Amino acid sequence: MEKSYIIKQISIFSENRPGRLAAVAGALKEAGINIFAFSIAEADGFGVVRALVDRPEDAHRRLTDLGFRVSFTDVIGVKMRDEPGGLSEIAGVLGDAAINIEYAYAYSGRDAAVLILRVDQVEDAIRKILGSGGELLKASTFH
Amino acid sequence: MRGHLTTRDVQSDMFWNTAMETISAADLEALQIKRLKWTLHQTQNVALYRSKLKEAGVAPGDIKTLEDAAKLPFTTKKELQAGYPFGLLAVPLRQIVRIHTTSGTTGKPTVVGYTRGDLESWSELIARNLVMVGLSDEDVFQNAVNYGLFTGGLGFHYGAEKVGMTVVPSATGNTQRQIEMIEDFGVTAIHCTPSYAMHLAEVAESTGAELATLKTGIFGAEPWSESMRSELEGRLGVTAFDSYGLSEMYGPGVAFECPERDGLHIWHDSYLVEIIDPATGEVLGPGERGELVITPLVKEAMPLLRYRTGDITMLMEEDCPCGRGRKIARITGRSDDMLVIRGINVFPSQIEHVLLGLPEVGEQFMVYIDRVKHLDEMTIEVEMSRAGFSGELQDLARIQKHVAGALHNALGLRTTVKLVEPGSLPRFEGKARRIVDRRGAL
Repeated sequence: MEKSYIIKQISIFSENRPGRLAAVAGALKEAGINIFAFSIAEADGFGVVRALVDRPEDAHRRLTDLGFRVSFTDVIGVKMRDEPGGLSEIAGVLGDAAINIEYAYAYSGRDAAVLILRVDQVEDAIRKILGSGGELLKASTFH
Repeated sequence: MRGHLTTRDVQSDMFWNTAMETISAADLEALQIKRLKWTLHQTQNVALYRSKLKEAGVAPGDIKTLEDAAKLPFTTKKELQAGYPFGLLAVPLRQIVRIHTTSGTTGKPTVVGYTRGDLESWSELIARNLVMVGLSDEDVFQNAVNYGLFTGGLGFHYGAEKVGMTVVPSATGNTQRQIEMIEDFGVTAIHCTPSYAMHLAEVAESTGAELATLKTGIFGAEPWSESMRSELEGRLGVTAFDSYGLSEMYGPGVAFECPERDGLHIWHDSYLVEIIDPATGEVLGPGERGELVITPLVKEAMPLLRYRTGDITMLMEEDCPCGRGRKIARITGRSDDMLVIRGINVFPSQIEHVLLGLPEVGEQFMVYIDRVKHLDEMTIEVEMSRAGFSGELQDLARIQKHVAGALHNALGLRTTVKLVEPGSLPRFEGKARRIVDRRGAL
């Protein structure tokens, strides 16, 4: 049952130079793939573009054909209460359970702000968040 | 002078000339000194060497030990080219029974003359090589290289005949016909360039030819990698051996892999080997990579002193289980390609070698050299490979560190490694231009 909350994020290796994000976004646009959320993580001269899309398999195939290095990453989406303490609550639950957040990014969903989390123990995290009364987005919300 | 090279012993399998191939270190040294003195004497028939020795302040009589060889001046390819056509010959033309030439891609070709004794010595060395890899008079040998002025054709031809092999002088071209010959004649061993072998494999596969009798492949005249070896072995069904030679030293047959296929045996009774730092000329010890310098010890028509081959290798430290003498490593590049970074010699082939061993990156690369605050900085761009990407940034950083660490181990130099997207680095046909040295441009 935890599995239904695991969302497939696509991660794309990209050099940190002008035009690379445009190339990724352009390819997805041409394939009619919708991007719900994305973030860019940057290191020394290169980065990883992370995106939640409606058709991850298609996006993976499309970008791979274009020569990009793409992989899937399991993430979860937490619905945030749009009021002070929303983040603190979620972070506290995970921290107490010794679950590490590797990275996070947020986007504004249809009815609430959504925090996308990459954690080291994804199924534990789902149990803890649901157990503490938190609300998670089902993978089927996206794809 | 000759004699000792030409007689075949009654011997065990895999040795053509057991006495010479397994000579003791003390006997070899005595033989090398004797032959070095003879070679020096022979060079005095050539004006170039008379003036070179004079200039170096060395008389032939000054050379009494092998260490004394380091006092002798180097000979370069340029000097041989300047002597075109017959300026380097130490014997009158009537004693020359054949000439070959180098390809002449870098200017005038070099003419190499052979006396009857030279041809005999050359065949002897080829015979040792062929028997060393397990071939005998039972084998059918297809010699699929150029038979003209190029030394590979006739050189192997006479060596194989000497062993008593059934020689098919197929030369080059008409691959379909080459494949028919292999199948119809039951060819067991083939000699060709590695790139032609690859082509042969492709054509054979496309026509469904099985080449079932073929078991030995001898590949030379071009550098080729270990990955090419496994590909050729898989596709042709052969055991592949590396053959090294150069026209100036007769041609092929100078050094050759034994069945261990871990380095090449160079025939120390016929070639005095030194490895030098190409930048300083300093002689390097076993295990240190540098330029191969050879003084041939039995060449009559065209003796040479400390000839700079331009090929990069090293003397290997371990003895070979086969019982023959000290090996050299496979050639990993040309001294002309060498870079000096913060005083350390770096060959692009070393970088290539490191990258080939790392599955998380591709084998294409570019090297940029800059001078930052009076220090040389080397930046290497490598492509991510398909296998290497997990999707996590920290894994990328780990790969970057891992590549830099492996390069540090191999080069003794800290470098900056940049991961780039697959397919984004330039591909080169023919001579690669992977090095961009920006130190000169201020």
